[in-house]
Amino acid sequence: MPSRKTVKRFLMLILSTFAVFLLSACSSEQFIVLNPKGPVGEVQANLIFVSFLVLMIVIIPVLLLFFFIVYRYRDKPGNKSPYKPEWDDNVKLEVVWWGIPIILIAILSILTVRDTLVLQGPPSEDVEPITIQVTSLDWKWLFQYPEEDIATVNYLKIPVDTPVQFELTSDAPINSFWIPQLGGQRYSLPGKSSTLWLEAEEAGTYYGTANNFSGDGFTEMNFDVSTVPDADFDKWVEEVKATNQPFTMEDYQELVKPSIVGVSAYSSIPPNLFEFIVDKNGGKYYKSNNHTEQFDNSRQLELGN
Amino acid sequence: MIESIKNFSSDFFVTGDPLIYGADVSIVLVMVAIIFVLTYFKKWKWLWSEWLTTVDHKKIGIMYLIASLLMLFRGGVDAILMRTQLAFPNMDFLPSDKYNEIFTTHGTIMILFMAMPLMFALFNMVVPLQIGARDVAYPFLNAVSFWTFFFGAMLFNLSFVIGGSPDAGWLSYAPLSETQFSEGPGQNYYIWGIQISGIGSLASGINFLVTILKMRAPGMKLMKMPMFSWSVLSSCIIIIFAFPILTVTLGLLFIDRYFGANFFTLAGGGNPMYYVNLIWMWGHPEVYLVVLPAFGVFSEVVATFSKKKIFGYKSMVFALLSISLLSFFTWVHHFFTMADYKVDAFFAITTMAIAIPTGVKVFNWMFTMFRGRIQMKPPMLWTIAFIPTFLVGGATGVMLAVAPADFQYHNSYFLIAHFHQVLIGGVVFGFFSGIYYWWPKIFGFSLNEKLGLWAFWLWNIGFYVTFMPQYALGFMGMPRRVSTYGWDMGWAPLNFISTIGAFLMGAGFIFQVWQIVYSIKHRNKEGAADPWDGRTLEWSIPSPPPEYNFAIIPKVSEQDDWWYKKQKGLTKVKEDYKPIHMPKNSGIPFIMGGFWFITGFGLTFEWTWMGIIGLIGVATSIVVRHLDNDTDYYIPVDEIERTEARIGGTR
Repeated sequence: MPSRKTVKRFLMLILSTFAVFLLSACSSEQFIVLNPKGPVGEVQANLIFVSFLVLMIVIIPVLLLFFFIVYRYRDKPGNKSPYKPEWDDNVKLEVVWWGIPIILIAILSILTVRDTLVLQGPPSEDVEPITIQVTSLDWKWLFQYPEEDIATVNYLKIPVDTPVQFELTSDAPINSFWIPQLGGQRYSLPGKSSTLWLEAEEAGTYYGTANNFSGDGFTEMNFDVSTVPDADFDKWVEEVKATNQPFTMEDYQELVKPSIVGVSAYSSIPPNLFEFIVDKNGGKYYKSNNHTEQFDNSRQLELGN
Repeated sequence: MIESIKNFSSDFFVTGDPLIYGADVSIVLVMVAIIFVLTYFKKWKWLWSEWLTTVDHKKIGIMYLIASLLMLFRGGVDAILMRTQLAFPNMDFLPSDKYNEIFTTHGTIMILFMAMPLMFALFNMVVPLQIGARDVAYPFLNAVSFWTFFFGAMLFNLSFVIGGSPDAGWLSYAPLSETQFSEGPGQNYYIWGIQISGIGSLASGINFLVTILKMRAPGMKLMKMPMFSWSVLSSCIIIIFAFPILTVTLGLLFIDRYFGANFFTLAGGGNPMYYVNLIWMWGHPEVYLVVLPAFGVFSEVVATFSKKKIFGYKSMVFALLSISLLSFFTWVHHFFTMADYKVDAFFAITTMAIAIPTGVKVFNWMFTMFRGRIQMKPPMLWTIAFIPTFLVGGATGVMLAVAPADFQYHNSYFLIAHFHQVLIGGVVFGFFSGIYYWWPKIFGFSLNEKLGLWAFWLWNIGFYVTFMPQYALGFMGMPRRVSTYGWDMGWAPLNFISTIGAFLMGAGFIFQVWQIVYSIKHRNKEGAADPWDGRTLEWSIPSPPPEYNFAIIPKVSEQDDWWYKKQKGLTKVKEDYKPIHMPKNSGIPFIMGGFWFITGFGLTFEWTWMGIIGLIGVATSIVVRHLDNDTDYYIPVDEIERTEARIGGTR
């Protein structure tokens, strides 16, 4: 048996390594999920804190009780604590510990349902939202701005204090679109378009990533999201329009092929490309897709697929 | 001609990687060593007649144990390779394609070829002894279960050196796992390795359910049955309902891949979301069915080493059964990020609800210790380590169940930390506790406690060092399954710490192997029949038990019957032997497993002729068995007397 001293030293060594690393390397800024920069992320971070707190209120006393029991009833000669080998039932106690988790779960259920409903709509009601159509490909992201008629690959620019409605789909395996500092993720599915509302409150550059494994280049699928004031956003749109080529169907067919690419931007997008992507992957079989315009099959031929 | 053989073999064998060549060499060396040892010591006949053809549940249990420890080694090496790759940013140790293969095989092996067989090892080693039966209800089927599991696992592992490993994740979501994105045999290996061993799992589920319901000793009413057997019963109920879903799902995926159907492909009206739903309709009950028997182990161990009756027996039984039921109503929580919000809210609540019976169990274990006398023996140490680990793991589970917050945890390292905490802290600690507890019963000697203590601390410290930083990494936005990362996100220090922990757990495993080897060499047979002053029937017979387990089937009158018999001095039984009816050994399960292997291998490479030959072999084995009437025999009374005198049975 390792002597108590060795075990203790060993533990100390590990704990101190831990502490050094934690202090030197991780400032709280790096816990991006807990440092949200938008209302959706805030709702979620709050929910994380509250649920953690509620659970700790129960877990910590239980842990203390556990260690107390293990210590007090250990089998040592001279232990004077009571020993009742036949005591195996107590209705009052049982009611208490069926009751504790039930109450706990009830509280958390209420919070869950409340916030699930909150996150359904646009984060700010009084501002006109913008829409961005997101397509996950092997292994890059295509972002289309239908209202601005521009597109970008592997980077996003959005105005601050404006709700953004992301419409997500995939022309590759299932992926997940995640910008931790703005809020939680949502899956991008082939043949389906799903909606994710996010909004930024502060100008800055945030980390975005693919978050559902999609094959060899998955690791490379992260992207920067920069959030800028309204005026700068409009300026940027004009700049993109002025300095880039239009995005054509041929460009798209090229982009769909598995590859890892850098960032790029395009001055215009083919009409209804997003609907085309959804429908070509079987989207026509869903009634729940939220794009209203059914993609016309004759146009599909025209677009070369 | 030579050229075409060359071409074939460069596709067939995985080439170009030193890891794989290393594996090739060691596989060949181990095979040569095994053949040499068996031939040199003239053990071939022994191997065949004592092990490969056995239908004795105890020996089958031992084979399950050996196989699952080997798989724990394989899965553990995978884990260490992954952690090495992630130790520093921008590492080039494993390129992304190899990394993808390794996390896929790590997950699949650990759940299906490590946790499941380790669980079946415990079922086999304990259940018949605990309920006072002479074997399981269907001994031949039990052997079939083992050999289909074994050959399925071997098929899956073969992919590493022949054809290439699967690389679409342990649940292989469609469409990534479809031919369009995953060509080649890897994904077929996944399908057939799991399908073939799945036959064994389902058959075992049925077998143990029937065993428990029909073969309990007289007087052992269900509500007097030991808690471990209750947990096995609950687990078997889940197996029977969950495994057919897996079989169908993988069957459909295979039809997609082999015949070009469109169940889960994009075109033709198929839907990948069907796959995600179906696989988790099996996958979620799966994790509960492996953890329930661990709960059973803890219940036995806590009562035995607190020298006290289990607290709240009825409530424990109710909790077990309600977990079996609830486990089928939570699967959507694996993809809140895909589902509709109303669906999310419903499944968030059902998921949290499962914490209620689980929490109650923790309280009952604690109050079993309360007013008891706790002995810190090895099985109890693992149980005591389990409770706080599982409490925290359960709490993070409830955090994950809060659907809107899950959008931030999903697929991040927070999730990885959570499920490893419940699977290692719950299932692995539980099964280790069980193995330490019942080892003397099955093998007739005890394990060295000093080495076990080293293993215990290394595993525990290693566990916390590995997984606590991963919770933090989740909050730092690190996605699972990334093969490398840069310096910019600040993930480096915590990843490095996590890697240290993985190596500590690896060292813990090495100590366990050492412990087993050491204890085999220095056998300590003292008091192996009832070393822990046990409470249940398995401790009333000699260790290791004779092939028929009980010379005289005990009559049960109490819960913890053996404890009360000892208290009242009623341990002597009248030696009134009768001939014992036993099943005969059979080579058919082994041969049938071999044919399944041929079937699986053929279908993996899409060599239909080979698949058909294999299936004909399987069918022939079944027919041959059906026509065989010579499947049982009686052990005469004088032989029982001789055996009992020799092993000092029937005290």
